[in-house]
Amino acid sequence: MSEQREPVTAIETPIYLKYNFTAGEATSRFLSQVKEGRLVGQRCPSCHNVYVPPRGSCASCGIPTSEEVAVSDKGTVESFTIVWIPIPNNPIQPPYIIANLIPDGANMSFIHLMSDCVNEDVHIGQRVQAVWKEREDWDYGMDNIQYFTPIDEPDVPIERIGHMPVEGWGNADSVEGEQP
Amino acid sequence: MSATDMTEIAIVSFAQTNCVGDAGAANEVELIMPVVSEALGKIGLKNAQDVDFTCSGSCDYQQGAAFAFVFGVDALGAVPPIKESHVEMDAAWALYESILKIRMGQAESALVYGFGKSSPGELPIVLSQQLDPYYLAPLFVDNVSLAAMQARQMLEQGVCSEAEMAEVVSNSRRNAAANNPRAQLSGDVSIEDLLKEDQWLAPLRKHDCCPISDGASAMVICTVEKAKEWGVPYAVIRSIDHRIETHNLGARDLTRSVSTEKAAAATGVGDGPVEVAELYAPFSHQELILKRALGLGDDTSINPSGGVLAGNLMMASGLSRIGEVAQRIIDGSIQRGIAHATSGPCLQHNLVTVLEAA
Amino acid sequence: MANLAAVVGIGQTKYQTKRGDVSIAGLVREAAVNALQDAGLGWDDVDAVIIGKAPDMFEGVIMPEIYLTDALGCNGKPMLRVHTAGSVGGSTALVAASHVQSGTFKRVLTVTFEKQSESNAMWALSNPQPFSPHVNAGAGGYFAPIIREYMRRSGAPYNAGIKVATKDRLHGARNPLAHLQMPDITMEQVEESPMLWDPIRFLESCPSSDGACAMVICDESLVGESPKKPAWIRGGAMRSEPTMYAGREEVNPQAGRDCAADVYAQAGITNPRKDFDCAEVYVPFSWYEPMWLENLGFAEEGKGWELTMAGATSLDEGGDIPWNCSGGVLSSNAIGASGMIRFAEAARQVRGDAGDHQVEGAKTALGHAYGGGAQFYAMWVVSSEK
Repeated sequence: MSEQREPVTAIETPIYLKYNFTAGEATSRFLSQVKEGRLVGQRCPSCHNVYVPPRGSCASCGIPTSEEVAVSDKGTVESFTIVWIPIPNNPIQPPYIIANLIPDGANMSFIHLMSDCVNEDVHIGQRVQAVWKEREDWDYGMDNIQYFTPIDEPDVPIERIGHMPVEGWGNADSVEGEQP
Repeated sequence: MSATDMTEIAIVSFAQTNCVGDAGAANEVELIMPVVSEALGKIGLKNAQDVDFTCSGSCDYQQGAAFAFVFGVDALGAVPPIKESHVEMDAAWALYESILKIRMGQAESALVYGFGKSSPGELPIVLSQQLDPYYLAPLFVDNVSLAAMQARQMLEQGVCSEAEMAEVVSNSRRNAAANNPRAQLSGDVSIEDLLKEDQWLAPLRKHDCCPISDGASAMVICTVEKAKEWGVPYAVIRSIDHRIETHNLGARDLTRSVSTEKAAAATGVGDGPVEVAELYAPFSHQELILKRALGLGDDTSINPSGGVLAGNLMMASGLSRIGEVAQRIIDGSIQRGIAHATSGPCLQHNLVTVLEAA
Repeated sequence: MANLAAVVGIGQTKYQTKRGDVSIAGLVREAAVNALQDAGLGWDDVDAVIIGKAPDMFEGVIMPEIYLTDALGCNGKPMLRVHTAGSVGGSTALVAASHVQSGTFKRVLTVTFEKQSESNAMWALSNPQPFSPHVNAGAGGYFAPIIREYMRRSGAPYNAGIKVATKDRLHGARNPLAHLQMPDITMEQVEESPMLWDPIRFLESCPSSDGACAMVICDESLVGESPKKPAWIRGGAMRSEPTMYAGREEVNPQAGRDCAADVYAQAGITNPRKDFDCAEVYVPFSWYEPMWLENLGFAEEGKGWELTMAGATSLDEGGDIPWNCSGGVLSSNAIGASGMIRFAEAARQVRGDAGDHQVEGAKTALGHAYGGGAQFYAMWVVSSEK
């Protein structure tokens, strides 16, 4: 006796592809430093801007970068958003802040989380400090920094965001070297 | 539309990285920037600002990251913004798009580049996902097995012999050793020794299959007027055409390449002597198919660079074939040559171009 | 130097979350057949096929031109596949046009599509990249901070985005092909929808759609072989800039401004607000309308929101420069097709072929697409006049 069955209109065909990613030379150097708790960018020999994380090139000049520059783990909020969608496998609960942050000494932002803060008080120009995981949990990744948290320092005016020296507000009036 | 009605296009520069089995710690920018700088530098240019258009070829899945090509833009010096495009195909097709751009008058020069880092993934498995997603891809049939079936058909129909396949490999290695410092596989190996090797994916032996290589290649093209203005030697792209065949392997005669025959006729391959032919044949038996499809005789030097069997920069190999012929015209060793690029399983999609001296 | 080309056939599919009734081949063929019928032509009248779509991870099919050649009648012909991230629908149209404008071919078929229900677009857009912290930002998470900066600079009222989201869905309700059909949508409804990436609310974001869009583009000499009024391609331009560099202007990207200046110069546009009768602009998140009004020169810097709030871009309010009468990306977003849908809808307007979302007497329209980190731009100008 044959059963009346529905025609097959869809099939699930999982695709499993294995990739062994390598980080690229510039990224590898950066991650080796991050493993030791240090943020190190690279400076473009032409426009002198410092990129963190470095990619091995200055995208606007189109030339390789190699000069390494230590930057601070203190920085400034360039922009941000409050996110209501959870991140898989991350203890941070929505609503949380994703921000574009520029560490002191660098000229371009990277994206990271902000936490331990009042979301509604986060603002452009706000000063923040990295909160690192326990040293024994450090690996080759920017998530050695759990998140950034606001600190009690004066806001950075709009026109100075992205132009703070590595000492931050410490030596604001005497800027060493060229700060583009 | 005859070729004489259209703007004459010149190839003025070509550069390629070494073909290596594993480029190691090198991201897209680190792969692309040196070869783009070299190609531009050969004619006194600095970055993409110095040409009117840039077009690249690459494949996200090869790298295992969506938008891999976007990182390539960081290698170009694209500030102020540039006219730039991308095809998810071998860079030979990026060259094709660039030629159209120049012919329509929106550019007088173009930078074309292709890159691929196959080493992170398992390329034959990755390529199985090019196939029909409902009937073939779920079987994960790798492209080497498909090529093996094609070779089996050729052998059983008497279209070629194992010795002829081994001869292709022997020539490739010898040519690479003599002419191509960038090759991955080269050296002196006899047909007898090759035939002594065990079959790997029958009837293919390992050496019948191209290696998997990481690397990039780049080329600068322009109008003939521009080449004269720059005062640099050039090769003329006399004609270029490409054709695709049905995806259904059962509906094709795999022992011949109908699309290559069509493209050869459209480009007038037979209109003059073919001194050199660089053919994108990832498998030895496919070089025999292409040689016949293009009507090449024994007076044509096939794959003096060693061809793809000596090093396969997936997504750049097609552009490299064109560059190898162009280089030989530019340095004066030949007057006329052809180059071929392919895409898809068992030579499904083929591009042919005829290059001539000025 | 370029040959004159025109759009003589346009075909689309109905956009919806999941087209479970067709395979990928079926989806693209549907749009292609619609375009050929619209052009009064058959498969043999096509010299070459140019397809485009966004990352292959959205369907899990690598280099789909290999699989789709049969469905698109391309066996024995040239086939090209363009991929420029989100702007791909637009750049594919431009590359297709270049096949004709270069004099290489007389008539081509171009198709863009996305069947993102087959994979998972959110995953493909934000799957963990090795060596980067996984913040799962997604497209909205990337654009929201940029929108905040626009709001700060312009002092725009908080509900400018809400006004756009409402207007585009009301336009979409006039377009039977649009994915989101929300004829009763109100600004209150949009404001009360859940916040996703502050300030972007759920109803201020685009949907995820399956769909395909196709066009037949031919040389001036063949226009008479098709029954409908042609949409003449008066200009086309593309620009790219790097994703990130120190000092990059992200709110009003240079690449967008340069691209617009180029295409306007080609088409003789000096005052976009006056010279265009309408525009189809890639607005995936509501606030991008005021931002693009400025980037594209329809309004002065900082004042884009004023046009929006005054109803200038609304067909229903009788605005003088309706934007996205088709419902735009906010009503349908098959990512690979969205750019071409903008270009095709602009062409429909100047052919007088846009049904219930037609702008009366439209003669000249702008089609716009952007992608990546707002870094890739493709634009064209079409007109009922040569």
